[in-house]
Amino acid sequence: MDRVGVEERAATLGKRSIKTTAKQQGIRLAVSMVDLTTLEGSDTPGKVRHLCAKAVCPAPTMPEIPSVAAVCVYPSLVGVAKEALDGTGVRAASVSTAFPSGQASLDVKLRDTEDAVAAGADEIDMVISREAFLAGDDARVMEEVVRVKDVCGDAHLKVIIETAELGSYDHVRHASMLAMEAGADFIKTSTGKAATGATPGVVLVMLEAIRDYVDRTGRVVGMKAAGGVSHSKAALHMLVLVKETLGDEWLTNERFRIGASSLLNDLLMQYQKTETGHYARPEDFSKE
Amino acid sequence: MATQEQRTSIVWDYAPAPESPDHVRLRDSYGLFIDGEFEDPVDGTRVPSINPATEDVVAEVAFAGAQDVRRAVEAARAAHPAWAALSGLERGKYLFRVARLIQERARELAVVESMDGGKPIRESRDVDVPLAAAHFFHYAGWTDKLSYGMGGREVEPVGVAAQIVPWNFPLLMAAWKLAPALACGNTAVLKPAETTPVTALLLAEIIQEAELPPGVVQIIPGDGAAGSTLVREPDIDKVAFTGSTAVGKDIQAALAGREIPLTLELGGKSANIVFEDAALDQAVEGIVNGIFFNQGHVCCAGSRLLIQESVADTVVSKLWNRMGRLRLGDPLDKNTDVGAINSREQLERIESLVASGEEEGAVRRSVACELPDRGFWFAPTLFTDVAPAHRIAAEEIFGPVVSVLTFRTQAEAIEKANSTPYGLAAGIWTDKGSKAFEVAAALQAGVVWQNTYNHFDPSAAFGGYKESGFGREGGMAGLRPYLRVAS
Amino acid sequence: MSERLQVKKTYKLFIGGAFVRSESGRYDKSGDFNVPRGSRKDVRDAVAAARKALPGWAGRTAYNRGQILYRFAEALESRAADIGAERADVEASIDVLVHYAGWTDKFQPVLGGINPVAAPFLSFSVPEPTGVVGIVAPDAPPLLGLIAELAPALAAGNTVVAVLSDDAPLPGLDLGEVMGIADVPGGVVNLLSGRRAELAPVLAGHHALNALVNASGELAAEIDKLAAESVTRVRHTDASKDYATATADPLSRLEALTELKTAWHPVGA
Repeated sequence: MDRVGVEERAATLGKRSIKTTAKQQGIRLAVSMVDLTTLEGSDTPGKVRHLCAKAVCPAPTMPEIPSVAAVCVYPSLVGVAKEALDGTGVRAASVSTAFPSGQASLDVKLRDTEDAVAAGADEIDMVISREAFLAGDDARVMEEVVRVKDVCGDAHLKVIIETAELGSYDHVRHASMLAMEAGADFIKTSTGKAATGATPGVVLVMLEAIRDYVDRTGRVVGMKAAGGVSHSKAALHMLVLVKETLGDEWLTNERFRIGASSLLNDLLMQYQKTETGHYARPEDFSKE
Repeated sequence: MATQEQRTSIVWDYAPAPESPDHVRLRDSYGLFIDGEFEDPVDGTRVPSINPATEDVVAEVAFAGAQDVRRAVEAARAAHPAWAALSGLERGKYLFRVARLIQERARELAVVESMDGGKPIRESRDVDVPLAAAHFFHYAGWTDKLSYGMGGREVEPVGVAAQIVPWNFPLLMAAWKLAPALACGNTAVLKPAETTPVTALLLAEIIQEAELPPGVVQIIPGDGAAGSTLVREPDIDKVAFTGSTAVGKDIQAALAGREIPLTLELGGKSANIVFEDAALDQAVEGIVNGIFFNQGHVCCAGSRLLIQESVADTVVSKLWNRMGRLRLGDPLDKNTDVGAINSREQLERIESLVASGEEEGAVRRSVACELPDRGFWFAPTLFTDVAPAHRIAAEEIFGPVVSVLTFRTQAEAIEKANSTPYGLAAGIWTDKGSKAFEVAAALQAGVVWQNTYNHFDPSAAFGGYKESGFGREGGMAGLRPYLRVAS
Repeated sequence: MSERLQVKKTYKLFIGGAFVRSESGRYDKSGDFNVPRGSRKDVRDAVAAARKALPGWAGRTAYNRGQILYRFAEALESRAADIGAERADVEASIDVLVHYAGWTDKFQPVLGGINPVAAPFLSFSVPEPTGVVGIVAPDAPPLLGLIAELAPALAAGNTVVAVLSDDAPLPGLDLGEVMGIADVPGGVVNLLSGRRAELAPVLAGHHALNALVNASGELAAEIDKLAAESVTRVRHTDASKDYATATADPLSRLEALTELKTAWHPVGA
């Protein structure tokens, strides 16, 4: 991996000009890819229910805006989410494995996952052991992914590599490969709790890793960009990266997700602007 | 926009994103810029300059006749003593003004450059115009530091510089010529290329706005005959030419016996070398940038792709896939990657060489682009099964066509890369620093890019070995051609 | 008919891109104005600000630094009438800024280069900014005396803490305002008025200072001794009285505020 080359390419793709109908369509596409997330110590069932209502119908005044892809919460609240989302098509996703640090025994991490699955999680977002990765213990990193995948049952597994803690693009690529080879359904950039998240360079590296893996094995693995994608411009940049690296068939929430909380309202504001031509007011859209 | 196989339907695409030309202010007709004013040609003509993407007229410009060329040289001569006598600081301030004015008028210059020449607005906006401003800025800072740049020697200007620039980077090449010449205390007569005179004329307006004394710069568009006349003028002290090797040789011959310093920046058939230990995805970007940037109308284009055999299939496959994402079309659309071919003439040259490639047995693949009805276009093309003896491997195509050859060992790569009368540039892709430096040392090329391609900076010298020319532009070395060591 | 009362200027220190009063609350008189009498804590804050701004400033391209210095010249030219210094002083200062704006991307090939070592290595030496530079400004000329040292320090990629003249601090303090319109990032230049005899030793003894330029003609021995505690590089220089002296031997001014880094890399796969 050459950092300068990666960042040049990612930045050049950020110069694509997305206007008018392309912008509207892109925003709707981005909304359909959002995993609407709340991962705070202060989350309660009430808050999660509000969030689920917003996830299903983000903008009552603009009915053409689709539902998001999923709601993502802590294991203790995924049951609440599952119930609130029942029959809507929006998935209930849960983090697990001692999210966000992953600094716990494998047993605890498996138990955490089992609880979430039992509560009804459709999707599990796990974290790799950065402690093992940075010590060079690839085998243990992979072993943990394999074991977690095992207890997921029908739930699909996203593997968070926490790019901010890995230190280099070479490591990002390497961790991506380990996760895919161990059976990840999706690879995901970040927990959203670290200093940086889904920067364009990191997303490009992971998409290229997926491309090589799919070419080699034929197995499709999806990608989730999380952390730091807070404005529409960044979200559209993500779509460009996906389109021009993997192709249009990857522009679906079956293969690409954006983990976000405040992004959704910015997407709605930008969408409203494309309709009215005027800049919108943040307060026009509810936070949950 | 293009995908080469319609294997999937388009889920989402970019809407047209045209850069508006509304804010551009062009005259209907431009005179010759001589002695500080736009003047009617005495024995020249007026011709339309056309937009190669649409075949519409951009503006009418005057072409210089022989007498006009003479007048231009006379004006430069008359202005020289006062210009040379200015303190370095004061000369520098004029050039700093020019740099700042280019920045202020950047958008307009970029749009006009794309209209007149055919290159994508993204390139003229992000590369050509900023680098032109930077070049003036850099050389503005040398004016009062010349002896530091010349190893402590006391120096003086050579006098009147006759400069001829090509059509592929019209404004940027004008900056590369004028900035160092003026900084060193010379006056200049610049002849822009036949098909792309307009941004040079806007530069003339900027020079007026910067209040450079009349006669310091003349800008006289014209055809090949005007250039030929210019270099044969008796009262010039220096010639600088960027263009084809054939014309460069003519000029060198024409100056025989005159003891006039000459710099030539000519053609190339540069090798872009990918080793098996390269970062392959970034190498593919570098290959694309090396040959499709500016539609391949680049003297230092990486037109020969040398891939180590062990990764050749992988690289070609990735490259072909990547080429399918190139968007060819309206140069003024901000999402266009590949613009128009500069002229009908150039298009015919490209087509002819590509046909020869197929005849000689190379395998051609061209991206399935929708080519507009009007204008001059050529789809990005890849040739494999190319032998070093093929014309497409030896001759400069100056278009969006890359020829792939393979090699087994480092020594073979170097030998193949050097087997050409040209020697302008080369690219080396490897993750191993020690290999990159060793190969760089062995290549007979004036510019070696390691793990990148087509990067330029006013502080980094640029120029060729062998038949790619001699003399350097950029950096301290770029001062040398415009100075004489004081006696 | 009463005359319109003017709104009088309040002079403040310039630290971290902001105009602040001295934390000590003390002041001195300079003509009709009260001028902050800076303290050791102000010096401490200024050095902290300069240190914080250093990675950003040194990390910019040389071209960008040159553009900012040129814009600094543009801004000073447009505010020339407001600076409380003589016209000749201001014009010479503007010209000095233009001169050093042109050095930012040129001193490297002149001071550095390739070392043709007698072994298969690519060896090169690169001049890098030394870091945070202290300047003890002279009394005269009040503006050029400061700019003649400030411009090369900035051109070489350093950040600056300047102790202004006791007698004539106002032009120096006015410079803060000029910098605000010149795109000079906050913290890159910090300006302290006060008593030189009090502030210069604090600056010289500050371990986080990398170099100090003393153009005041005073306190040389004391500064040298304090600087020795942390091997701070010191340069004593006469006050530049005009453009010619300010730009005579610019390379020495630049070189004194850079560190030469030499690197080696094998050639040969």
